[in-house]
Amino acid sequence: MRMIPLALAIALLGCATAKGAQAPATTTPARAPAADTSHTATYGPGALSEPNADPFPSTYKPFPSKPTIIRNVTILTAAGPRIEHGAVLLRDGKIAVVAKSADAPEIAQAAARQGTVVIDGTGKFLTPGLIDVHSHIGDYPAPGVQANSDGNEATNPSTPNVWAEHSVWPQDPQFPRALAGGVTTMQILPGSANLIGGRSVVVKVVPSRTVQGMKFPGAKYGLKMACGENPKRVYGQRGGPSTRMGNVAGYRAQWIKAEEYRRKWDKWNADHKGDPPARDLAMETLAEVLRGNILVHNHCYRADEMAQMIDIAHEFGYKIRAFHHAVEAYKIADILAKEGIGAAVWADWGGFKMEALDAVRGNLALVAHAGVRAMIHSDDPSGVQRLNQEVAKALAAGRALGFDISEDEAVKWMTINPAWALDLDSKIGSIEPGKNADVVLWSGDPFSVYTHTEKVWIDGALLYDRSDPKQQWRTDFELGFVPQPTSGAQTTGGTQR
Amino acid sequence: MNARMMTALGLALGAFAAAAGAQTIAITGGKVFPVSGPPIENGTVLIRDGKIVAVGANVAIPADAQRVDASGKWVTPGLVNPGNQLGLAEVGFGADANESHARTPDNIAASFRAWDGLNPHSVYIPATREDGITSNLSIPVGGLVAGQGALIDLLSTSRADMIVKAPAVMVAQITDDQSAGTGARGQLLAKLRALLDDAKYYAAHRAEFDRGQARTMTVPRAELEAMVPVIQGRLPFLIYADQASDIEAALALAKEYGFKLILGSAAEGWMVADKIAAAKVPVIVGAMNNIPNSFASLGTRQDNAALLRKAGVTVALMGNAGGGDEELLNVRNIRYEAGNAVGYGMSWDDALRAITLVPAELFGAADRIGSLQPGREANVVVWDGDPFEFATHATAVFIRGQRQTDTSRQDLLMQRYKTLPPAYEGP
Repeated sequence: MRMIPLALAIALLGCATAKGAQAPATTTPARAPAADTSHTATYGPGALSEPNADPFPSTYKPFPSKPTIIRNVTILTAAGPRIEHGAVLLRDGKIAVVAKSADAPEIAQAAARQGTVVIDGTGKFLTPGLIDVHSHIGDYPAPGVQANSDGNEATNPSTPNVWAEHSVWPQDPQFPRALAGGVTTMQILPGSANLIGGRSVVVKVVPSRTVQGMKFPGAKYGLKMACGENPKRVYGQRGGPSTRMGNVAGYRAQWIKAEEYRRKWDKWNADHKGDPPARDLAMETLAEVLRGNILVHNHCYRADEMAQMIDIAHEFGYKIRAFHHAVEAYKIADILAKEGIGAAVWADWGGFKMEALDAVRGNLALVAHAGVRAMIHSDDPSGVQRLNQEVAKALAAGRALGFDISEDEAVKWMTINPAWALDLDSKIGSIEPGKNADVVLWSGDPFSVYTHTEKVWIDGALLYDRSDPKQQWRTDFELGFVPQPTSGAQTTGGTQR
Repeated sequence: MNARMMTALGLALGAFAAAAGAQTIAITGGKVFPVSGPPIENGTVLIRDGKIVAVGANVAIPADAQRVDASGKWVTPGLVNPGNQLGLAEVGFGADANESHARTPDNIAASFRAWDGLNPHSVYIPATREDGITSNLSIPVGGLVAGQGALIDLLSTSRADMIVKAPAVMVAQITDDQSAGTGARGQLLAKLRALLDDAKYYAAHRAEFDRGQARTMTVPRAELEAMVPVIQGRLPFLIYADQASDIEAALALAKEYGFKLILGSAAEGWMVADKIAAAKVPVIVGAMNNIPNSFASLGTRQDNAALLRKAGVTVALMGNAGGGDEELLNVRNIRYEAGNAVGYGMSWDDALRAITLVPAELFGAADRIGSLQPGREANVVVWDGDPFEFATHATAVFIRGQRQTDTSRQDLLMQRYKTLPPAYEGP
């Protein structure tokens, strides 16, 4: 008899989502209109364009965890000076205690309690989980075959209607590799073929059957925009834009439409008078940017183009959260600082196209020195596994330029600063009491080429352990396809000099 | 020519030699890694006229020697990056500044000598050598047979001057049948086999060929001529192959035709390490990729280099981080590739050898570069620490005895923009 109510329920859901249909009495619209008696019709959520709508809600639940102490460890907190021989207690998914010594009463008490896992961190380092604000893992998965190439909706130069999460394949074997590199949160973006590429999604790097199960609860969406060579290369022979001036005309045309759309919907959402305006997925996303609910992540290499994108943002009243691939950010670091725009950069990748010609290793340090929120990013499934090494290169370059940069400062470039770019810095990105227990235990100084991640926790749950093959997530794809590490596996370093 | 003129000429030549080969240089007090022998604490490397003349702990230093104090520093041979497009491509794409890819109707470009398009004044050369890379194998890419590569010293002089060995290798790939202009691996191998058969026949029947009495060939004469040194085992054949079965196919071809095989990339080399070792075939592999990015490289793993070494294979290290970032500006990052190889199980000594002496040996130039021994070119680097570490910088770079002091374009840009707004003054 269970089948009948279930079928009924499905039928009722179907009615509720049909555009303009009268909702059955047993269901409520997703968002009940404000008290407004002139308005009689009720609408399914799919009919309305409302701020902060969440039609693909996160189903992420933290993995089971045990209270865990890591003690006698060097803690790079990303919130101040390092703590030598410190200790942390992870409990109920949060960082409960950060102590200057293993003898601190709260640590000692927790250690004495049954069921607490105690890890000796002597000679090791602890950092916040690393954050990559620019990934295409899942939407450009491995193997990189045409059938799974889902990162660029290259059918129109402006596609704010597409959402990266609808391309993300949770079984991409690149996810567990990023996790093994200490990355706990990443923003997955559409590609850069389009002027406006679509919505990003922020995920926790965890095994899941669905992308919803990876989505970072409460994280804002991002909007991917792209400057320069890519859009004009892709569309130059396909109706344009074929020039940089065509690019700019393209952005502006979109924002003009978006502003009109936002105005209509904001008015209707306020008074619910008459029929609602037509819903448009593309304009809806842009309207959310104009309302400040979606963060703009702008792929832009050249300094002069970044300055123009800033003017466009001023013209239409939105904010650019961060420029990505900002190879020339060092040329306008003062402007970025004044505007409060972050710079997400590589350590030293450059030369592969004209707009990447002026890449310098000092970029990150120069930009940080000017007071900009500077961060490393990967855009690459290989680079994401070594964000610490990329930061190490940028740190060395900064010091060679004469800047007095501590490792305690440099660690921010891969933790709290990218957390800020995602507007998640109140939850992740530093080792402070109350923050999510996303932490990485390193075999040594994370800025040494010889150092490995040893363990990675997300929300207090141990999700990667280099010493335990059972704690090394293998995606469905890998089973049977990717050879298991054999007994010959070398996971520890060779003899050093 | 009268005596006075001869004297004048002699003097002039002498003066020129003194200016170019110049001084005697003594690099003193460093931890010296000759690679060809054990490390020497507090060692001296003595350079005269561009060559290394002595290496050791008790080297007599001539009074006129210019001293370079390397106390507390590490001294190594100049690093050798064994395979990329440095000097052949200035901008990856979109700028008509890429000379690394020949275009042929059949994807066989054996006669393509990539160094004929080498740009001695590439801006990436100073950026690379200031990081201690003094030699490079600059190779073509694309197609089935990409062409011939050259081993060069990273000077910014002229093609002729920079070349250490050209040709150093013939380059091909059997990992991507589409790029080879074929539709399947079997077809690719058949095409390569036909080329080798033709080259073999041609080498033995040049006269008949000239008289027009040779059998029909699959490729033009220039291609056959270029393949002759390969088929005669005089020129190494660098074949890129990733899948274990492709590697085995390459080993079988080498055995059948008797060419001198070097395996490139060899992502799944660890799966057939014993066979590679038994065939005494050297490999050039990366240490920074573990992504199963194609069905031909599902077994890609970062400890490949270490596992191959363990099986007794001769290993040189190349950049393979992926995403193209091992090219152009990042040819300089080969030392971090070596560091990562150590992080994944290779010994430090093997890793240094894999980016110095091993590539020199593979390309037939070990008598000139790759180690610190008397008689070798004075390609020497002084480091302020472990060269594989990020915090370490090359503090002095010598190529053929000349200290390299020029500033890279990247340095100029940083100098210009260190203070904002920039002054737009020289240099």
